[in-house]
Amino acid sequence: MKFTLSWLKKHLDTTASVDEIAEALTDLGLEVEGIENPAAKLADFQIAKIVHAEQHPDADKLRVCKVMTADGETQIVCGAPNAREGITVVLAKPGTYIPGLDITISVGKIRGVESFGMMASERELELSDEHNGIIELPSGEVGESFADWLSANDPSKVEPVIEIAITPNRGDALGVRGIARDLAARGLGKLKPCAVEAVPASFESDIKVTIDEDTLDGCPLFTGRLIKGVKNGPSPEWLQQALKAIGLRPISFLVDVTNYFTFDQNRPLHVFDADKVKGNLRVHRAKGGEEILALDEKTYALPAGAMAISDDNGVESIAGIMGGEHSGVTEETVNVFVESAWWDPVQIALTGRALKINSDARYRFERGVDPKFTPMGLEHAVRMIVDHAGGEASEMVVAGGIPNFARAYKLDAKRVQSLVGMDIPESEQRQTLTALGFRMEGDMAHVPSWRSDVQGEADLVEEVARIASLTKLEGKPLRRASAGVPKPILTPLQVRTSVARRMAASLGYNECVTYSFIDQKAATLFGGGTDATRLENPISSDMSHMRPDLLPGLLRAAARNQARGFADLALFEVGTAFHGGEPGEQHIALSGVLIGRNGPKDVHGASRSVDVFDAKADIEAILASVGAPARVQIMRNGAEWWHPGRHGQICLGPKKVLGIFGELHPKILREMDIKGAAVAFTIYLEEIPLPKNTSASRPALEASELQAVERDFAFVVNADVEALTLVNAALGSDKALIEDVRVFDEFIGGSLGEGKKSLAITVRLQPKEATLTEKDLEAVSAKIVEKVTKATGGTLRG
Amino acid sequence: MFNQVEGLAIDTDISMANLKWVLEEFLSAFFGTKVKTRFRASHFPFTEPSAEVDIQCQWNNGSVTVGEGNDWLEVLGSGMVHPKVLAAAKIDPSIYQGFAFGIGIDRIAMLKYGIPDLRAFFDSDLRWLRHYGFSALDVPTLHGGLSR
Repeated sequence: MKFTLSWLKKHLDTTASVDEIAEALTDLGLEVEGIENPAAKLADFQIAKIVHAEQHPDADKLRVCKVMTADGETQIVCGAPNAREGITVVLAKPGTYIPGLDITISVGKIRGVESFGMMASERELELSDEHNGIIELPSGEVGESFADWLSANDPSKVEPVIEIAITPNRGDALGVRGIARDLAARGLGKLKPCAVEAVPASFESDIKVTIDEDTLDGCPLFTGRLIKGVKNGPSPEWLQQALKAIGLRPISFLVDVTNYFTFDQNRPLHVFDADKVKGNLRVHRAKGGEEILALDEKTYALPAGAMAISDDNGVESIAGIMGGEHSGVTEETVNVFVESAWWDPVQIALTGRALKINSDARYRFERGVDPKFTPMGLEHAVRMIVDHAGGEASEMVVAGGIPNFARAYKLDAKRVQSLVGMDIPESEQRQTLTALGFRMEGDMAHVPSWRSDVQGEADLVEEVARIASLTKLEGKPLRRASAGVPKPILTPLQVRTSVARRMAASLGYNECVTYSFIDQKAATLFGGGTDATRLENPISSDMSHMRPDLLPGLLRAAARNQARGFADLALFEVGTAFHGGEPGEQHIALSGVLIGRNGPKDVHGASRSVDVFDAKADIEAILASVGAPARVQIMRNGAEWWHPGRHGQICLGPKKVLGIFGELHPKILREMDIKGAAVAFTIYLEEIPLPKNTSASRPALEASELQAVERDFAFVVNADVEALTLVNAALGSDKALIEDVRVFDEFIGGSLGEGKKSLAITVRLQPKEATLTEKDLEAVSAKIVEKVTKATGGTLRG
Repeated sequence: MFNQVEGLAIDTDISMANLKWVLEEFLSAFFGTKVKTRFRASHFPFTEPSAEVDIQCQWNNGSVTVGEGNDWLEVLGSGMVHPKVLAAAKIDPSIYQGFAFGIGIDRIAMLKYGIPDLRAFFDSDLRWLRHYGFSALDVPTLHGGLSR
């Protein structure tokens, strides 16, 4: 929304400067986006005088002028027909930028004669479209700044234009009067009265208006007056200037009047050429498909249910959005029917969106136009038309009635103070609301008809607070929820997530944040890409689905890094993955990916390609850091994107999967454009059981004084026996005595024969009551052998 | 695409003045320098009154410095929770009131570290991750400092 200071002053009696006004507007919630100062681009232009002009020796239409400037006399070649001796002109010296031509003037030779600058026309300075000759000033001294001269002699041409951003609730501020009212409430002036003397009715209108029964909810009120015998033509200078200043193109007086009140009072109007209207006007709903050539010279087919204004010829106007070309006024119009109606915001929005028309009228009706002002807006416009263009006006044609949106809310002054945290006296609160147009009746505030956004007591608080100024509000420390050291605020899962994240980072992984939306192909590769997780309105086709897993995002990140020449990668991400589209069908995961070598080549020769055991070691380290149980089962049957033989699920029972690690399936890696092998892991953080004992204390440590003993065993088992089965069997053979079991060697084939392998373990025995005797050791060894044999079908290696 | 952090404080006497204090303290702690703020009345559907918060800044050849200069940069939206929102959450708005705010964390990270492009956050370029990353075990604390 743009306006000028002089326009504002039509409604506001104020002595405030543009800067003061701008500061207040921003503070009031009408944020100033910019102040355009037309004088700024004229800063380099100076007033000069032509002291001598003669014909160019080589060109009929050019004149060689001697021009008196602040720096003395200079020579300028000029093509303007009015360039002659004695006139006062606007000079652009070499080096001056000409806004209307988008060039910078330089010294040049024109047909062999040197020229040191230019004398400007109004169009070249973007002051008007005038380009019949150079500017001739009636006054002005040589050397005086042209911008200063304009400010003194023709200020409307260099008036600053203020542009403000209007929040969607403030339809009333889409008119200059609404802006003035806010400023007056703030104390920056006095709101001027806005009365109009209605033009007396001379006859009954030939054009009548009806509203269909099924359209009254969208158009409760339609008013109009027919004016006969007007003389349309260009608008008066002040009106043209006002519209041009805010970026509107003057068209003809009748049209300019409607635009003027649109911006002046937030009162969109429409004018029909009465001679092109056949019969009466009927406000109705479109059946669907009716075509209309609108004023933007495009043809629209109305959607069924859209509101329209029709006559015997058909649809003449897209109600509240844009008029039709057929019945639009032209320079030749002599009889005009002026419409002022009230349209329902939601219905206008729906039709406007369906037809993709963005007009000033739609913008305003959507945000709320004052219903009560509908007939008065008409009277203002008719008065302006008759006063300037003559004619006689009919009685007012009225269909429907002013919709009654009257409502009142209680002003609780103490509550306002408590919510804002500012001591605003009750009298000041009442004064604020009154200044904004509320009518106070006891402690009830009756909402003015132009404030459709005020829908409750909370809105009164907002009005009082913003007029009182949030800039002036002093911050007050927030009272602590409880005295002393605050209790933890993070949930156990949040704490865990944070520990897991730092653990992964300290293991050398770089943390990534990838998008939660991924392409369907990648989603499908990882068990997603379903309709349930498809976005209704994706930003791009690469982001069409919710990610079912973090790995596709990490693999894409890895591929990008490989393309940049990084071969060795350790990346991880913590985030949410989505296994369905319903609320709750999501889980928090931590995934890591390792690609390439485990480090740069070094003098120790320790660098090697990463393998599945690196992923296993890292997932175990992270699980341990968040307190996952140490005793787990490793199971197969992971999802199909893992290498079938090189992965394991870390489980607490067949259905309790804490995480998975392994090598990714080569086919998947090819699809994801990864070069070489990749190992990865995923931890399902919510699946890790929380400790039952949440108190900070722990049982006393029972550290045995007795010496621990280690014994090694080697078993020959079938090659498909998993080491963990063997370890768990050994661990279970004497839970009181056996502290730890570790695999330290594996040997496959050779003398053992095809399909066999040897697994060697170290068992650590910790006696609690007495030192172990040889007999005790033999007994426990026998138990271990028995259990392992039973669990694995293997034999003790001889 | 961006990430957002939300704040909410509800009690019997929480005011907009508390909101202002919390945000001013936060912004100064975050940027590690006293940051001048501007609370502008605004409009959001879920708060009433509402305010947008600008911070003092200076533009230099397209890059921005926070905490100095004559320009303002909008960083967050905030306000007093609308009574209807409280009621919808089964909190009696005749007894309880409170404030809410939402900050785009990518946005203020960009401001703090001078990161020109939001997309870089999601690209996972190893060079970028290493450049803007933090030491894994350097956990911010009240006594050791909150800002890195």
